[in-house]
Amino acid sequence: MAKVPTPAELLPGLSYEPPEKGWMDVKPDFRPGTYCNPASPKWMEWINYPYPAARSVPDDEWALPQDWKEIVLQGMDDRLKRFRSLKLFFDICVRCGACADKCHFFLGTGDPKNMPVLRAELLRSVYRRYFKTIGRVLSEIAGARDLTEDVIKEWFFYLYQCTICRRCSLFCPYGIDMAEMTLLGRELLASVGLNIDWAMASVAQCYDKGSHIGAPPQAFKDMVDFLAEENERVTGITTTPSYNRKGAEVLFVMPSGDYFADPGTFTMMGYLLLFEHIGLDYTLSTYAAEGGNFGWFISHEMGKRLNAKIYAEAKRLGVKWILGGECGHMWRVCNQYMSTWWGPVDFLEKPVSPITGTRFENATVHKMVHISEFTADLIHHGKLNLDPQRNAHIKLTFHDSCNTARGMGILEEPRYIINNVLPEGNFVEMPPNTIREKAFCCGSSSGINANENMELRMQGGFPRANAVRFVHEKYGVNHLGCICALDRATLPTLLEYWVPEVGITGISELVGNALIFPDEIERTTDLRDRDLVGFGELAEEAGEEEE
Amino acid sequence: MDFFKRHFFVALSAVLGLIIIAYVGVQGNLQLLFGVVVPYLAALIFLEGVIYRVIQWARSPVPFRIPTTAAQGRSLPWIKRNLGEKLDNPADTPHLIGRMALEVFAFRSLFRNLRTELVKDPDNPEGARLIHWSYKWLWLGAIAFHYAFLVVILRHLRFFTEPTMGVVLMLDKMDGFFQFFTPAVYLSGVVLVAAVGYLLFRRITNPTLRYISLAADYFPLLLILAIGLTGILLRYFFKTDIVAVKELAIGLVTLHPKLPANLSALFYVHLFLVCALFAYFPFSKLMHAPGVFMSPTRNLTCNNRWVMHVNPWNYPVKFHSYAEYEDTFREPMIEAGIPVEKEQ
Repeated sequence: MAKVPTPAELLPGLSYEPPEKGWMDVKPDFRPGTYCNPASPKWMEWINYPYPAARSVPDDEWALPQDWKEIVLQGMDDRLKRFRSLKLFFDICVRCGACADKCHFFLGTGDPKNMPVLRAELLRSVYRRYFKTIGRVLSEIAGARDLTEDVIKEWFFYLYQCTICRRCSLFCPYGIDMAEMTLLGRELLASVGLNIDWAMASVAQCYDKGSHIGAPPQAFKDMVDFLAEENERVTGITTTPSYNRKGAEVLFVMPSGDYFADPGTFTMMGYLLLFEHIGLDYTLSTYAAEGGNFGWFISHEMGKRLNAKIYAEAKRLGVKWILGGECGHMWRVCNQYMSTWWGPVDFLEKPVSPITGTRFENATVHKMVHISEFTADLIHHGKLNLDPQRNAHIKLTFHDSCNTARGMGILEEPRYIINNVLPEGNFVEMPPNTIREKAFCCGSSSGINANENMELRMQGGFPRANAVRFVHEKYGVNHLGCICALDRATLPTLLEYWVPEVGITGISELVGNALIFPDEIERTTDLRDRDLVGFGELAEEAGEEEE
Repeated sequence: MDFFKRHFFVALSAVLGLIIIAYVGVQGNLQLLFGVVVPYLAALIFLEGVIYRVIQWARSPVPFRIPTTAAQGRSLPWIKRNLGEKLDNPADTPHLIGRMALEVFAFRSLFRNLRTELVKDPDNPEGARLIHWSYKWLWLGAIAFHYAFLVVILRHLRFFTEPTMGVVLMLDKMDGFFQFFTPAVYLSGVVLVAAVGYLLFRRITNPTLRYISLAADYFPLLLILAIGLTGILLRYFFKTDIVAVKELAIGLVTLHPKLPANLSALFYVHLFLVCALFAYFPFSKLMHAPGVFMSPTRNLTCNNRWVMHVNPWNYPVKFHSYAEYEDTFREPMIEAGIPVEKEQ
């Protein structure tokens, strides 16, 4: 792994001035630390993806199939016919530049090809050359260029420097969405055998095991049972999840990040405590044990193939509706595609909270409820016994995940929960231009949270981290909250690099901390075994000091 | 020549070339061509071209409902949303229409525009930090340009209608409100030229914009600038015979074209540039005007979870079924006490 420069080394070299040479003449600089490794043939064979081969980015030869050019152009033609978005977004950009400084990768790397407008031109120039008369005739002066191996390499480099976060699309006067073009561009790359290893490995594991970490059913059960035991140790409350249980009212689907790695595991503990607290009749599934959908980072079709398990399992188990955990792209996929892929979903019922009786009117067709909606509703109806003081050691700011913010519109629910589980004054927002629908991405989403591209990830996450630093210094914020498992996987690394004083927490973890059970043991620590402020021995000591 | 110069000078030469063609043509007594044939041709290309392009777009389906949700979505009944939020994340058709109206008439998305800069900050361990501030100049330039252009076009209707419509006359009066100079200076003309000038200026002087700009970006700006300037020359400096212009215009729209004798070469240059703009429109980025109405991130209601969107080419995919899964893991599942469908 390439050595990652320190923050103090990284920033002085950052400039937003473009180079002298025109962009068509600049080749990508494949420096170690800035690119993702191509997918190992093992994973591609596993899920039957075309043209598996051992590839290495620094090599001149990328082992493209003989007729790669025809495949790519045919694929582009096909997608232009199937996606109005692609055709329109190729045609109507006026290059006004409004998107340029909205991309976290541009702000972090200063590479002009990371301006969404130019990243799109990388694809658009080929479209003009082969699908537009003017481009065929005038070539470069019409912004058109030949499809060469260098162009393909450039696509591979820059389409995996886009996290599909849609911040650019928000500011575009025509709503041109780079995310859509990145996804379709990645499909084209995949059609000639170019995928990235981190995403492909996750997809392969998800495909037949159930989660991207490749945990078989018994291992999944072990992990969750362990977290239940942890709950019991800390709170004295037995939380007993069931697995693959037919006839449960609700199927709970969470991202796998929530049960296998800190700090996601604490969020999982929070879910279990919450369900225990309200006596929810729910089951987990070892088959649909992954809400996160790495397939969608590769192609629409692979997204659909992985997403299939959720409804299939809900149907098999005969549950009434589905509850979804804290995950960003899982929810973008569920919101934007799921009912279109599989609908009508007549084997499930319209979701109703068994505790409050609330009918989730916004989920009547796709029959899946977000945990933040569900929890906010419980709190609103006074169904949770909460002690916010148990989160007094946490000074929080909230990171809106791109997917739930700009691909769904969940902004208020988590904030409502936060305000009810934290003591007053312990929640502060980051600057308004960096949150809510304008939130900056974590910089490592969409399958690029690998290790080999760490420098790039730290650059891409710089705008997010910079806003965190601001509230950390101004208000003493020590935790960044989020409702996204990829955030919980990538932000700890990012903040360790830029703002090491700030930790990451899921919102359900905070709920778990705050829940009061009638038969609990005396609580002196939070779910992470950190001492609570004003409880137990510490409180007594503090009391003595006052005397 | 570098990328910028090539693209800029090609566009500039094209506009100068158009001016020369018209000027030389009229000197060579081709008034019939430039006064009648070219305008008809341009109108035809414009109409047919725009319709063709829109149909081309419409032939591709919208497989998924992918609106950019720019505010809190419709959720629990007690999570209240203000009008702005309802428009930025429309849950029903009236609000969707509102969103599109704001986008088309007020350039809503561009109004959000920010500028982000990296500033030196010695107190920061990294030595620098990002600042983001609201940046409305692009929005202002764009909106000034588009509305000024609209007023200019509407004002020109007085040449095409007899008697001139009351609305047009009123607009005329408002536009010349300041009563400055004789004939009274039209505000719209000044704003149009100033706004186009600004848009061109930023494209040339801002290094990142210059880096991404193509000839196709300079050409329409230079063309519209030339149209504006020749128009101003015709009105204030080399005054053209308005009665003759009206005769020509009425002749064209009533399909009884007549060529008045006393129209200057400058007038034909102006007219030819306008024709060039119309003919160029369907083949260029100017198609963003009809395009914005069809943008799937803007023109769809954010109701995915309660109204099903149908994908016309949806097809079945192969996925790993539960049965296959259980076949692989049956033994360890039974051992771990996880219920199974078949005991063996």
